[in-house]
Amino acid sequence: MRKLYKFHGGVHPPSNKTQSTRSAIAHAPLSSRLVVPLHQHAGETAKPVVQAGDHVLKGQMIGMPDGFVSSAVHAPTSGTITAIGMQAIAHPSGLPNLCATLMPDGREEWIERIPVDYREHSPSELQHRLRMAGVVGLGGAAFPSDVKLRTGKLKIATLILNGAECEPYITCDDMLMRERAAEIVQGAETLRYMLDAGEVLYGVEDNKPEAIAALQQAIKDSGLKHEAVAIPTIYPVGSVKQLIRVLTGQEVPSGKLPTDIGVQCFNVATAGAVHRALARGEPLLSRIVTVTGNVLRAQNFEALIGTPVAELVALAGALPDTKGYIMGGPMMGFPLPDIQVPLVKATNCIIAASEELFPPPPPPMPCIRCTRCVEVCPAELQPQDLYWFARSREFGRAQAFSLFDCIECGACSYVCPSNIPLVQFYRFAKSEIRAREHDKQLADQARERHEYHEYRIEREKREKAERLAAKEKAALASRHAGDPPLTSQQKTEQAELETRRAHILERAKSEVEHAGE
Amino acid sequence: MLSALLVMAAIAIVLGAILGFAAIKFRVEDNPLVDKIDAVLPQTQCGQCSYPGCKPYATAIAAGEADINRCPPGGEEGIQKLADLLGMEFKPFGSDTAAPKPKSLAFIDETTCIGCTLCIQACPVDAIVGAAKQMHTVIAAECTGCELCVAPCPVDCISMQVIEEKIGNWKWKYPVYALTTAGNVAAEATR
Repeated sequence: MRKLYKFHGGVHPPSNKTQSTRSAIAHAPLSSRLVVPLHQHAGETAKPVVQAGDHVLKGQMIGMPDGFVSSAVHAPTSGTITAIGMQAIAHPSGLPNLCATLMPDGREEWIERIPVDYREHSPSELQHRLRMAGVVGLGGAAFPSDVKLRTGKLKIATLILNGAECEPYITCDDMLMRERAAEIVQGAETLRYMLDAGEVLYGVEDNKPEAIAALQQAIKDSGLKHEAVAIPTIYPVGSVKQLIRVLTGQEVPSGKLPTDIGVQCFNVATAGAVHRALARGEPLLSRIVTVTGNVLRAQNFEALIGTPVAELVALAGALPDTKGYIMGGPMMGFPLPDIQVPLVKATNCIIAASEELFPPPPPPMPCIRCTRCVEVCPAELQPQDLYWFARSREFGRAQAFSLFDCIECGACSYVCPSNIPLVQFYRFAKSEIRAREHDKQLADQARERHEYHEYRIEREKREKAERLAAKEKAALASRHAGDPPLTSQQKTEQAELETRRAHILERAKSEVEHAGE
Repeated sequence: MLSALLVMAAIAIVLGAILGFAAIKFRVEDNPLVDKIDAVLPQTQCGQCSYPGCKPYATAIAAGEADINRCPPGGEEGIQKLADLLGMEFKPFGSDTAAPKPKSLAFIDETTCIGCTLCIQACPVDAIVGAAKQMHTVIAAECTGCELCVAPCPVDCISMQVIEEKIGNWKWKYPVYALTTAGNVAAEATR
């Protein structure tokens, strides 16, 4: 039995997971219209490489990665691109973003799929393939996986597969582990090969015994030396730094990445996607999503990216008293601005909310400094101080109190007896600080450009004066070219004249200056 | 007694020599305060403070010739930062300075532009490209929104466009809620 460690704080919200694990993963039927956002990952938006009117095949790239942190986007099925433009997407702002609209032809015609055996290729070649296959983290942050695999010279001792899935209601990873454990194990081995990692650990909360058993069976069948570890159920153990702490006892220092202490972490679903992308040559076109909450049949669906959320909700049968929909879990998710938004790579869960399930929070009251938030904060911060600083817009002090170590897990808001929306304050402060840093960068750039502009004008003036002087000199020289050379007496006379002229000019100048005063 | 005096004198001479050397070696040419003030200013180089750029304004503030409330692009937050830096009291904007505006970028209507290069000459950060009798355009990423190019244009083809809120620059808003139950009831009633 592996020795496990504890992290500070944490909460035990009601898990509400059994509703959606009663039936197997179902395939969502093909939608009549798919909207594929070109920005589904952290980093730069993919550059569209198709035009309205183009016919595309299933798996054809429609968005090219643009920039180091970026990923490709593909046509989830064959059909015709009808538009590339701004459409509503799943984002807390409710603002539209660039999307490609695809009318499926129903034929599901694939592009040519080229499976590769990872053992025959170098890690950098595989990284490129993953980037072109649009593989991103499927745990919710959608960070491009190829970037996480570029660890440079850092030695990775431990590869962790995150199957903790600690947030209430969400069961997509649980069901994936139960049904497709072999794929996950193969994907994990591929990742281990790419990172040249030592041990491979799967962290799964002990409230998912079926998933742990399935993983252990798959590991046994594969003959690999991986280890599936049951970890105590506590929120937010699925957060990277907390999971690393529990499994290895190591702490990722503030402002550092797990790779700095020789650990890398991937979601189990990401491992599955890596396996599919390489061993089958299939880019990331679909994902498993939990549809739960106030619905008749809470269930997990495997749905194509771009499927309208409304269709998934209809499949599960949303009850009439549903008041809204949450994307993600109840702790960290956000209310969807529009039910017609498409499913994206980051959508792990859709919760239909009703007054009964999510009663409106009681009105917030003043902070009484009870420090219950400090007790539960998994990042060991001082949430009440951060709240005061964010509230009074003292961003410098908030940063000094390690605001950016906050993982926005919501444990503090969950226990706050005054019902203060603490995380909203931290998000506000973080985005304000980021905006200021961006402005500062622009200002520095403008200062540099302005200084160069002034220098250039100065230089141009000088060069013009020099050119003029050279021209005059040349004219003078040509005028005197025919004259006989001057005698020494003439030369002294000329020099004297020059000094006098200079003296007169000097006096005239000083008089003008005095007159000016 | 004499030896003590000599020792003290020797120490004084050595230390004095070190100080004198340091004063020459580590001499600071510019006023460091100017750079500190300049770092706080938004670098739009717009001249709305009546100085020909951010650096001249910073120099004037450092010399005590200018007030700290003359920079509209910096906003009230900018005044607060200057006040904190200089240990002064916050001052609201004076009546002779323009009101702060949302940040915008210059946009050249390329169908109207006649290629006169006047805006190129006016731009303090060289953010406009073009040549005589050729269409000009603004490099949006470099534009500071100073508006200095608007006035010189003889055909009025330059407009200032407020930067739209997009996903990329969207910010989480300040959480607003009523603190007491009574307040909430009042808010419900007005809804």
